[in-house]
Amino acid sequence: MIGPRLRAIIVKELLAVLRDPRARLILVAPPLIQFFLFSFASTMEVNNIRVGVLDLDGGRWSREVVERLAGSPSVREIVPLRSDTELRQAIDRQKVIVALRFDPGFSANVSARRAAVIGAVYDGRRSNAAQIVSGYVERIVGETGATALARAPPALPGAVVNHWFNPNLNHIWFVMPALIAVIGAVSALAVVAQSVARERELGTFDQLMVSPLRTHEILLGKMVPPVLVGLLNATLFLVLTPLVFAVPLTGSVPLFYLALLFYLLSLTGIGMLISTISATQQQAFLGMFAIIVPMIILSGYAGPIDNMPGWLQVVTWFNPPAWFLVVSEGTFLKAMPADQVLANTWPIVLIAIATTAAASALFRSRME
Amino acid sequence: MNEGISAAMRGRRFASMLAKEARQIVRDPSTFLIAFLLPVILLFLMGYGVNLDAAHTRIGLSLQDDSAAARSLAGAYQRSRYFDVRATGSLAELEHRLVGGDIRAIVVIPQDFGRQVARGGGTIQIVTDGALPNTASFAAAYAEGERATWAASQARDSGRALRPPIQVSARFWFNPELASRNFLVPGAIAVVMTMIGSLLTALVVAREWERGTMEALMATPIGMGEFLLSKVIPYFLLGLVSMTLCALLAVTVFAVPFRGSVFALFAISSVYLVPALGQGLLISAALKNQFVASQVALLTAFLPTMLLSGFVFEISSMPRVIQALTYIVPARYLIPQLQTVFIAGDDWRLFLPNMGVLLAFGVVLFALCVHATKRRIA
Repeated sequence: MIGPRLRAIIVKELLAVLRDPRARLILVAPPLIQFFLFSFASTMEVNNIRVGVLDLDGGRWSREVVERLAGSPSVREIVPLRSDTELRQAIDRQKVIVALRFDPGFSANVSARRAAVIGAVYDGRRSNAAQIVSGYVERIVGETGATALARAPPALPGAVVNHWFNPNLNHIWFVMPALIAVIGAVSALAVVAQSVARERELGTFDQLMVSPLRTHEILLGKMVPPVLVGLLNATLFLVLTPLVFAVPLTGSVPLFYLALLFYLLSLTGIGMLISTISATQQQAFLGMFAIIVPMIILSGYAGPIDNMPGWLQVVTWFNPPAWFLVVSEGTFLKAMPADQVLANTWPIVLIAIATTAAASALFRSRME
Repeated sequence: MNEGISAAMRGRRFASMLAKEARQIVRDPSTFLIAFLLPVILLFLMGYGVNLDAAHTRIGLSLQDDSAAARSLAGAYQRSRYFDVRATGSLAELEHRLVGGDIRAIVVIPQDFGRQVARGGGTIQIVTDGALPNTASFAAAYAEGERATWAASQARDSGRALRPPIQVSARFWFNPELASRNFLVPGAIAVVMTMIGSLLTALVVAREWERGTMEALMATPIGMGEFLLSKVIPYFLLGLVSMTLCALLAVTVFAVPFRGSVFALFAISSVYLVPALGQGLLISAALKNQFVASQVALLTAFLPTMLLSGFVFEISSMPRVIQALTYIVPARYLIPQLQTVFIAGDDWRLFLPNMGVLLAFGVVLFALCVHATKRRIA
């Protein structure tokens, strides 16, 4: 099926990628480093909180609240503050993320069932973390308040919450499947974007053109290595993620590979486009970088697509990682049925066809 | 007299070196792309695209009870500004849509809900899509909050009002509206300066090594210091121009407050560019290959700035080993300064220690650079 010429060009392209030992290392080492770095660093939970306390009351209930806070696993340290000036400084210098202020007479108010209010100041510069911490504080204060009531409050209607697919809302269960999409994109694009531009810069492109190779053979030869590198890295992640981080793999692996293959082809098409337009390797690399940053931000990994304005959600329809992320999360966590995997794969197929066709048209016109 | 001539000559030589580098920057369209176009795109995406705040979550509502209470609660969800009730119907159908990602949560108001409420109880069920943990926890919290508000208003109507014994009056300093863009956009500026300082510099200089023009330059009588400076100054200026563009956009388009002084912003940025440029030069001098240099710059400069600087992820929440690693990431010392100068105002007692650390990084990196370059020549 594969002619000798095609086989030769594929071997040549693989050699071009794998010849330099440092380049070989760079294909596998960074994805592995990212695998561990991303997984541990990208936590949305807020732990090791430092809470400042200005206790002008010193009574039973203020100490009760502080003790409960200190006992919370998320709180690392209670920083005692002596004055409002110290409180302001602690927040300004980011020594604490929240400072609580108990007025004199706070405990007396609680005991007498008068309105007892704790002043809480959060560092709004870190608004996301501050919001999460304020949730913790409200909950602990609420619990303390409940014990302050002599009798239990009358039963109000409640709610039972079930988090499906990820019962403990383990952030890493979301991060690792998403990372396959991200790393796959980065490693495949890095390889393909350099290929044509590099030959042009080194002058070997002219040699390719005078060889008996057909245009589509050159193009195919250039597309094989990035797809293989992407498949290799994705497989590495597919094996390591359940082993190291105990993320469940519930869906169909063959369907996952089908989507992955088209995903890598769509990326290779984009990479070929950049590479063909670029005159130098520098342009190719910067062009790749300029495209990959928006691709990742608009994939749903950095922030949910649901929260984007409508016009930007439309832009994400043309973004392969946005589709593949759904397949990857679905395959790992949701045991996604075939119809839904395919529903998220055909847009990738369309993008792959469009970008490959555009790249080969441009490539042909550049060759003549 | 001799010294006077040589000083003048050196000045001219240095000026022509600078002119050469500047021309190289201006001529290459990819520099324009990375210094002006990408920062603008990044800022827009950070400003519009990354919204970590709770928003309009699509939910499904399974109403299995026909009582007045159940319908009143369902109405509360339909009117809520936090939810967009996309689907109603049988639970099985909604579950399928949850798997497909069509909706992010299901609220189940069970059979018998009305009778339970009449007896002083009434429990609803909230099912979320845990595959997106951030959205799931927001959705659960707001769905529960919606129910609690509804229950409280029901209780008030029936005269059973209940006030919690201790209340918290929360104030969020510097950013009372809690807009995540207010800290993401200054963070994006840090990313942009890292791109220009480390990524672009590493590539450009590696290219000179790769093509052998570096050796040609080295064969001229210019000194090492002059040589490094002529490489650094144009990118330093480019970094500041790009930062200015970002800051103007942040304030005018995204309405991010700017409470500090322009002088402080430039001082902070200039100091940060010293280690950033040092890192870029060091990578290129040590590796000499564009492909490898670009990947190493990506891995050691760009990714740490995104992940380990406290820009998106809280450093204090990371495992201890990773926390220790953040101390060698220059951007870690930049992010608090940028956030402060934008959102809080000038605070030199926060700026100066951070600037000191950044300058120390810069000195070490440039010393290593000189060392690596010398070894190359030898």
